[in-house]
Amino acid sequence: MAQLNVVNEELSLPKVHYINADRGLKSWLFTLDHKRIALMYFVLTTVALLLGGIFAMAVRFEHLTPGPTIMGANTYNRMFTLHGVVMIFLFMIPAIPGIFGNFCLPLMLGAKDVAFPRLNLLSVYVYAVGAALALYGMVSGGADAGWTFYAPYSLSTPATLAPVLFGVFILGFSSILTGLNFIVTVHTLRAPGMTWMRIPLFVWAIYATAIIQVLATPVIGLTSVLVAVERIFGFGFFDPAHGGDPVLFQHMFWFYSHPAVYIMVLPSMGVISEAVAAVARKNVFGYKMIAYSSLGIAFVGFFAWGHHMFVSGQSALDNGAFAIISMLVGVFTAIKVFNWVGTLYRGSIAIRTPLVYICGFLFFLVFGGMTGIAVATVSLDVHWHDTYFVVAHFHFIMVGAVIMGYLAAIHLWFPKMFGRMFHEGWGMVASSFIVLGFNATFIPQFLLGNAGQPRRYYMYDERFWVLNVASTAGSTLLAFGFIIILIYLIYALKNGNVAGDNPWDLKGLEWNTSSPPPKHNFDVTPTVDEDPYTYQKKGEEVEHVVI
Amino acid sequence: MSSSEGHAHAARPPRWYHAHHFDNIETQNHAVRLGMWLFLGTEVLLFAGLFLGYTVYRWLYPQTFHLASRHLDLSLGTLNTVILITSSFTVVLGYNAIQRGNSKACVRWLAVTILCALGFLVVKSFEYRHKFHEGMLPGKFYSYEGLQLPGANIFYAVYFLATGLHAFHVIVGMSILAWVMFRVKKGLYNAEYHVPVELGGLYWHLVDLIWIFLFPLLYLI
Repeated sequence: MAQLNVVNEELSLPKVHYINADRGLKSWLFTLDHKRIALMYFVLTTVALLLGGIFAMAVRFEHLTPGPTIMGANTYNRMFTLHGVVMIFLFMIPAIPGIFGNFCLPLMLGAKDVAFPRLNLLSVYVYAVGAALALYGMVSGGADAGWTFYAPYSLSTPATLAPVLFGVFILGFSSILTGLNFIVTVHTLRAPGMTWMRIPLFVWAIYATAIIQVLATPVIGLTSVLVAVERIFGFGFFDPAHGGDPVLFQHMFWFYSHPAVYIMVLPSMGVISEAVAAVARKNVFGYKMIAYSSLGIAFVGFFAWGHHMFVSGQSALDNGAFAIISMLVGVFTAIKVFNWVGTLYRGSIAIRTPLVYICGFLFFLVFGGMTGIAVATVSLDVHWHDTYFVVAHFHFIMVGAVIMGYLAAIHLWFPKMFGRMFHEGWGMVASSFIVLGFNATFIPQFLLGNAGQPRRYYMYDERFWVLNVASTAGSTLLAFGFIIILIYLIYALKNGNVAGDNPWDLKGLEWNTSSPPPKHNFDVTPTVDEDPYTYQKKGEEVEHVVI
Repeated sequence: MSSSEGHAHAARPPRWYHAHHFDNIETQNHAVRLGMWLFLGTEVLLFAGLFLGYTVYRWLYPQTFHLASRHLDLSLGTLNTVILITSSFTVVLGYNAIQRGNSKACVRWLAVTILCALGFLVVKSFEYRHKFHEGMLPGKFYSYEGLQLPGANIFYAVYFLATGLHAFHVIVGMSILAWVMFRVKKGLYNAEYHVPVELGGLYWHLVDLIWIFLFPLLYLI
């Protein structure tokens, strides 16, 4: 057994790297460096995550008792609206592409930057403006229509919605700019020798995500503007009172918002592909299948939106078609799951923090995915529609899977981004809190939904009380986990052990440069002459190492 | 060093056209073209929502849509179509001129294109003014006596949203072409390097193409 990652006294940070290469506020505000832009996204989306988390806790605490607990009904409606809008548009859609896509994608491809650095910087500012507008609108206007803005309620609510809708429209631009940039970067800026089948799997996932971002986002942009215009001018486009069709709104909304689920989850899947190879130190099992299934999910995801409208008066034929297409997503997802497990099998498993998140991810994805197949079945969905069962299902995917991938990415690439290691022991503690807390929060919600508690209701029946308390208790545990992570990561920024260039001993190009990387990424443009993840030759056994 | 190189190869594009993170200018040109085509794709999808709305409401209110479209000014619409198609031709002439290194002709053709765009907007504003005057307006503002059928206000909602969004794109396209023209005039582009002219032209073609779909849907059928 080789001992690779002994903390070495002699390790030191490079003297000049991207963080200290230029100094002063201006050098950050006008930076074109993809790594600095990634850090800007890191700060902004972390604020969004904190806000969204606070709103979620407010909702959970309100449900500690069946009647009014800490807020009135109107405030409650605003809280779940704030939670949904912030978590989806401000955190989950931009987070992994914005932070780790920006930071890692050019490094993994052996490029000096993304294709359009100025558009990249613009996307941060567009994000900030959109986020500020949406937040301002929600706080001052008291938006209470949920993040889905269903017509006709969104047309008639006395709350001010227009700023929020324009905010969503603007945030869409940011997402489009990011996606467009990544697609072009993957096409044009791969290092010599990096053929399409040598692209790291995280890049494949981000590429598939980018396609959805570019193709689906314009539709939500138009839709939110239409609702805003309708609220301001009374155009009647979705308003049945003026001959409009509210179901048309649902179609246009979900045409984006269902693929948006894959904008959120595909990057996480990419992270897990990288993390699995990292902790197993083994050639990825089924590289091509994982890569193609990302594209498969992106493609099929475009034609599944109708499963949100099983009870909106869709024809039986449409329902059946959308149900079958939705289940196809499960096939592609299962391909990935089997390949990840196949990669872990007989690997040299490193029991480190990312491994906990991988296990959590696999469990949540399979559990959430299987209940997804269940709610895609029309007859079952009639029972579960708009209950806590659906809430629990999509939180298993969107919090369970997405957040596990997000946290795995933080822990995997933190040493590369900042050159220092986080505290492994606290990492383990926090990840256990998060996985346990998550289960405790959302498994009761499956039971609640199945027993008939509707979602978005201010009060609930006495008999749901115990499970609601259990769910709230779990969410507290979850919140504790996040607080611990925040503390030890901030501590590690200054005081963590110096990580060295390649603390996990990995083959990816991003580990081929110093930690933190120099401003222009590589001193010499790397060339690629073998497949990614070649940890052993064909037929060779896995070398057991301790990292 | 760069200036001496610039003198030695006057015909080659100055170095600053070439961003440092691209290995060579060909890769960069490939990247910006791909980026532009993707962007045009997003534009098509932006309008797709309105085309979908048109389809759904046409199917819901077939008779109303048929009658309401008769109340649009066909001759002005046709005039605008001719203007836009002409402008698409002149922008190609401009691109062709810069390809041959003739920046003067390029500026001239781009100016003609921008004038066409301006003409389009003027004609459009006459149409809008007439509609406002007659009360052929969307949603709750609809007050036209000559056509009182359910769905007539929806037709005008679609009409104003689609042509309004298109007119906005005409303005953006004009601005882009004006910017490109200004830079051609400054002598920044030549027979070797003229990708921005090409991209501006592509955008203008898209603006034209969307109108080619809007015109028959709204005015003819």
